[in-house]
Amino acid sequence: MRDTTSALFEFLLRQGDNALVLGHRTSEWCGMAPVIEEDIALANIALDLIGQAKLWLEYAGEQEEAGRSANDLAFLRDAYDFRNLLMLELPNEDFGRTIMRHFLFDAFQVPWLEALSESSDQRVSDIAQKASKEATYHLERSEYAVIGLGDGTEESNRRMQNALTDLWPFAGEAFRDDNIDRAMHDAAISPLPSMLQPVWKIKVQSTFQLAYLTPPDSEFAHSGGRIGFRHTEHLGHMLATMQFLQRAYPGATW
Amino acid sequence: MADKVAPKSHASGKFSDPKSEWPLWEVFIRGQHGMSHRHVGSLHASDTEHAIKNARDVYTRRNEGVSIWVVEASNISASSPSDKGPMFDPSRDKVYRHPTFYDLPDEAGNM
Repeated sequence: MRDTTSALFEFLLRQGDNALVLGHRTSEWCGMAPVIEEDIALANIALDLIGQAKLWLEYAGEQEEAGRSANDLAFLRDAYDFRNLLMLELPNEDFGRTIMRHFLFDAFQVPWLEALSESSDQRVSDIAQKASKEATYHLERSEYAVIGLGDGTEESNRRMQNALTDLWPFAGEAFRDDNIDRAMHDAAISPLPSMLQPVWKIKVQSTFQLAYLTPPDSEFAHSGGRIGFRHTEHLGHMLATMQFLQRAYPGATW
Repeated sequence: MADKVAPKSHASGKFSDPKSEWPLWEVFIRGQHGMSHRHVGSLHASDTEHAIKNARDVYTRRNEGVSIWVVEASNISASSPSDKGPMFDPSRDKVYRHPTFYDLPDEAGNM
């Protein structure tokens, strides 16, 4: 970890990078979704997430006091410096997997942002309150789609079950506490992520019940993304696309 | 956890035929001003709830609305364009139906 790094800076990067990476992945659906209504909805969600990323990363840049803007943090860091959950950087694959990932993340994000709305840090609380309304809508949408597709046709059920089976081992990373989380908890800036796992579990289990889907019976969780230990090979490819313009034309604006 | 397994015939009917298109819905939005819902357009969705969600994303992105109505297009009965003459023409020459023969006091404002 760089020595200029404070715990709050790390915490803010985690929030911002989650929103940024999922926002970018979601934006890849623009013009590609199976029906135009979903295309527009996904583009809206992508924009919500990128808007949230901007707020978190702006604040992160101020905390770091190294003069880096939200744009600098988004477009000029390499994969190793990203602090997002591994699940969010995985390729979109089919529409069902996109929906399943959103649901697993949204079901965490809603109680998480609600808790952050009570943060002792006013700025964290303000950002969380704004993001919370968006996340609540995202969850409504993704939960509804998981049920619709799970309880749909044989093919849609099979695709959703495959998505769940593949993504489940990534879902637990969000709840792995580390020293940064404990420092944030001690400062009453955030709860420990592990404290939210029971609420999350109840939510996802009741939804999967309605959707005729069964998560694997395993607590194993890939991790390393949010602590910056390692990422999947997919993040670098994603950043190559996302950061191309700023890398090729430094400082370009429009 | 989930003790149900997907039986072949479990589908609740919403999506039962994968080849069928989602039905068409007409969307009505009540704006910031006024009490009436206005027709803004149409979209495809699998059911009522889905139609409202889609309407929110397609038609209220720029803060247009405070309330959404959706109705499946097939549930709307419409007058036939070819009946236009018999339906509407007879009212044209019945000027007495318009309150143009009254002197309105200025205080009454616009009628």
